[in-house]
Amino acid sequence: MHPSHQRINSDLLRPLMHTSWKFYLLVAFFGAIVLTAVSTWLAQTYLGFGVTGIRWPVYWGFYVTSFVFWIGISHAGTLISAILRLVNAGWRRPVTRCAEVITVFALMIGALFPIIHLGRPWLAFWLFPYPSERLIWPNFRSPLVWDFFAISTYFTISLMFWYVGLIPDLATVRDRARAGLGKRLLSWFSLGWNGSYRVWQRYEIVYLLLAGLATPLVVSVHTIVSWDFATSVIPGWHATIFPPYFVAGAIFSGMAMVLTLMIIARATMRLERYITRRHVDVMSKLVIATGGMVALAYGTEFFMALYSANQYEQFVFMNRALGPFSWAYWTMVSCNVIAPQLLWFTRVRRHLGAVFAVSIFVNIGMWFERFTIIVTSLHRDYLPSSWADYAPTSIEVATLAGSVGLFFTCFLIFCRFIPVIAMSEVKGVIGTPSAGATGQPERPPERLPALAGMEA
Amino acid sequence: MRTLVGVFEREEDILQATDAARRSGLTILDVYTPYAVHGLDRAMALQPSRLPWVCFLLGLFGATAKVWFEYWTTASSWAIDVGGKPWNSLPAFVPVTFEVMVLFAGVSTVIAFFLVAGLRPWRKAVLVHPRVTDDRFVLLLEQTDAAFDVTQVSRLLERHHVVHIEEREMQEVP
Repeated sequence: MHPSHQRINSDLLRPLMHTSWKFYLLVAFFGAIVLTAVSTWLAQTYLGFGVTGIRWPVYWGFYVTSFVFWIGISHAGTLISAILRLVNAGWRRPVTRCAEVITVFALMIGALFPIIHLGRPWLAFWLFPYPSERLIWPNFRSPLVWDFFAISTYFTISLMFWYVGLIPDLATVRDRARAGLGKRLLSWFSLGWNGSYRVWQRYEIVYLLLAGLATPLVVSVHTIVSWDFATSVIPGWHATIFPPYFVAGAIFSGMAMVLTLMIIARATMRLERYITRRHVDVMSKLVIATGGMVALAYGTEFFMALYSANQYEQFVFMNRALGPFSWAYWTMVSCNVIAPQLLWFTRVRRHLGAVFAVSIFVNIGMWFERFTIIVTSLHRDYLPSSWADYAPTSIEVATLAGSVGLFFTCFLIFCRFIPVIAMSEVKGVIGTPSAGATGQPERPPERLPALAGMEA
Repeated sequence: MRTLVGVFEREEDILQATDAARRSGLTILDVYTPYAVHGLDRAMALQPSRLPWVCFLLGLFGATAKVWFEYWTTASSWAIDVGGKPWNSLPAFVPVTFEVMVLFAGVSTVIAFFLVAGLRPWRKAVLVHPRVTDDRFVLLLEQTDAAFDVTQVSRLLERHHVVHIEEREMQEVP
């Protein structure tokens, strides 16, 4: 007998087979937030963009901030499943599915914001290079067009990466499901998968190729998002540091979001055996590392501005730290630079509540980073006569809350229907000679040697 | 087609049994596993997949087509002067070219995979063993001719801890 494989199935399929009332309560709660946001968006579409606080000169307010924030969050999934796959980091296995689903949902939500921000969302298709009656093509020299291509490509590739990774698990669920609509849908989406090794061999190649493609893609996406800013001549945006600064920030925020959801999933779905304290520990260290890069970028950016001998650049940075939005700047610094330092201490990393709190701080801090970059640069540019202030209205706040609600609603529904840990990946490293071949000691199957060294 | 189905419980058993079957000159129709067992491609003597070529060539095609398209739209079809930039702004075309290359390479690889592996939404999964997506490994051998000695092959599989052996008539390999 091979008890561990079966136990993986029963442990990981439990949340799919039994649903508690708490699930419905949570879905109702987050769903209500989403409905509120949808109604405010409809109001904005009907009444016009004047209902928001976005007006000259702060044309990019809450919406673009949230856009960059969610796109940044989405980067964690690709980082964890693609890059850690390429470097063959075995510990990533139980975390990949969770991270990939963050990518897909965060990207969908992020991509909604430019459309919300359009004001006339029915014209969104103008971005697409189609032969229109106006005979004019999109301007391929414009970073906004680059961004459209980057995000749509990233979404397509992430969705495929996630779906291809899901197929074997869908087949496992299919073979356990009771007859009915669910089973029919599962057979449809599992594409007749029957475990044939001739298919598995190609599957592994395809997965590796997608990982190899997704890795430079993830770097290109946030690089291009940063060019939306860096190719303009606004002080505080026009900087060569922007691409690496944005990519590091995106990975940092994504890591924090993975940590947040990992801790929630572990606690609510009894996954202590799969998502161990060691996983939380490794992820915390990655948060420190990426947080260090972000802190370095903040320092470099500030220093270069002061050293630049350019009065506009100097003014923008002094204004960030001491001006009307200094509260946002210092929120960013305390959440992104100071809070993660707590993770240096082993005792903090071992305390799940503390790690959870730090991850929430980082999420908040990264939102404020984008807010600071966008609003402080726009509201005080070159001419004092064009200075103005910015304050969001309830419409924008409700839309932001709605995006958070939508993210959690999607995540909950996903956990209800699809195993939150990739079963076929976890099974692949259990109780076999290959465990010894990879240099890891063989352990009795009951202790899940797959996660060798990952026990609490 | 007459086949012999051998069911195994452990990864190392299926690896060794497959290897032994190939060495004894038996025809291995397929092996069914709940996850990608490393080294099984060597044991089955499978050719390396040609999918990386699809990925490379279609990626190259996507990039080339996109550079041409950007040049054509920006410099030929309806040229617009944007801030005095040159008609042929090759460096500015790089980001979109890269994205389209990745898009073509990725999408075509997955489509080619579905085509060659025969994965279709309407295909009904034929399982050689009900627990093959759970925790069982199955070796499927073809009884090629009268010389195929079931007892002898069974003994070979038993040496590798086979838990269940069954002769089965099949129309095609599932």
